[in-house]
Amino acid sequence: MIVATNLALLAFLVITACAIARMRNLFVVTMLSGIYSLLSATVFVLLDAVDVAFTEAAVGAGITTVLLLGALLLSNSEARPRKHRFAHYGPLLLVILMGSALIYATLDPRMPKFGGAQAPAHTRVAPEYLRDTVRQVGRSKPTPVHIPNVVTTTLASYRGFDTLGEVVVIFTAGVAVMILLGGGTYRQRRRRGKASEAGKADG
Amino acid sequence: MIQHVVLRIIAKLLAPFILLFAFYVQFHGDFGPGGGFQAGVIFATAFILYALIYGLENAREAAPPVAAQIGVALGVLIYAGTGVVTMLLGGTFLDYSVLSANAGDGQHYGILIVEFGVGVTVSAVMITVFFAFAGRRGVLEEREDVVPTEEKMDG
Amino acid sequence: MWDLFLSHYNYWIVIFLMMIGFYIVMSRHNLVKKLIGLNIFQTSVFLFYISVGKVSDGTAPIITQDISRYSNPLPHVLILTAIVVGVATTSLGLALVVRLKEAYGTIEEDEINDMDAAD
Repeated sequence: MIVATNLALLAFLVITACAIARMRNLFVVTMLSGIYSLLSATVFVLLDAVDVAFTEAAVGAGITTVLLLGALLLSNSEARPRKHRFAHYGPLLLVILMGSALIYATLDPRMPKFGGAQAPAHTRVAPEYLRDTVRQVGRSKPTPVHIPNVVTTTLASYRGFDTLGEVVVIFTAGVAVMILLGGGTYRQRRRRGKASEAGKADG
Repeated sequence: MIQHVVLRIIAKLLAPFILLFAFYVQFHGDFGPGGGFQAGVIFATAFILYALIYGLENAREAAPPVAAQIGVALGVLIYAGTGVVTMLLGGTFLDYSVLSANAGDGQHYGILIVEFGVGVTVSAVMITVFFAFAGRRGVLEEREDVVPTEEKMDG
Repeated sequence: MWDLFLSHYNYWIVIFLMMIGFYIVMSRHNLVKKLIGLNIFQTSVFLFYISVGKVSDGTAPIITQDISRYSNPLPHVLILTAIVVGVATTSLGLALVVRLKEAYGTIEEDEINDMDAAD
């Protein structure tokens, strides 16, 4: 059952991606990318990544769509048709070549099978993370499980530096958007401008 | 601002529940799916919904841009500050075990505080970015030196 | 043959999605479309990580008493943060697109290049 659902959902993902590639109306493309995100969130649930699915559903289908719509309102909503009829054959050829090379690479017998428990990814640090859910402490003297969600403990404690870096990246992106588009404090300025005008009128 | 009655009332009813759900996701992230990243986004969604229905001006009253900008920096400060506090208490950077007499409890406190910092930054950044996109027209109207793009297109 | 198909299906879909994203980035001149193509590329990488992290018959990595087989939590952690960083960088890209539109009056890459060449 899970296998069948996996097959179907991934096929839907491919169909949506093809539709995104073909459409020229950017509003349609935005809505389709929301659908694409929601579909990938369902796939994540199927593959046991509940935290990731939660994030993808909230971020990909929610915030990204709103931001794309906001950007479309400030720019064009229709992509221009391409000028040269055969211009896309070069990229298409390149993509087909690269895709075939990658698919050939997956046929290597050493490539871990999907779902295999003996894959290298599962045999190094991951069992340790699962065994000692309370980080650092677990190494010297094991303590009972305080926090059952291993993703949270790994995120905030074991890989705390990593997450700090990610938060700084988000911070930087936010500051950069503020620099590019203005921090959204224009209203205060307008009020001040009106106040000074009123002052002039009085004088 | 949208005049549709159903939308206005539903938005007003939903907003507090979205905020409450964000707090649930934030502080229940240790036991189930969730955490600072998801909670921050959901928290921001409530304000974005409010702004979409009631207009940007009213949303600015509810969430002042200055407060959001302070939140952007505050979250990172909470996160990195926790690391400094653990150093002052004799541990290494971001070693939460020293936060409490019992190392396991210390880890739990540390994770809660750090996730809160993540949530504050993520929600503040999302609100700020949305306000920046939505308020761009206002910024352009303010400035006389920028020619509006429509006129440029005609020329 | 069926075994090979099932054990590699996720990887092949990931490669296919990745190539669609890459194709959009290369062949379309519209900058918003390019950003959406980048998003598809990005999501395909997420899907690859999560597929690698899946253990058959495993469950979500939230420790409970009766279960002993969990999927790998490490890819989940990496991708969880990457998604939020992804939306932050996408918003930065969109902000740049908006500024380009204000400066050039268009968001088609080749037109912008032509204007730059004309100057």
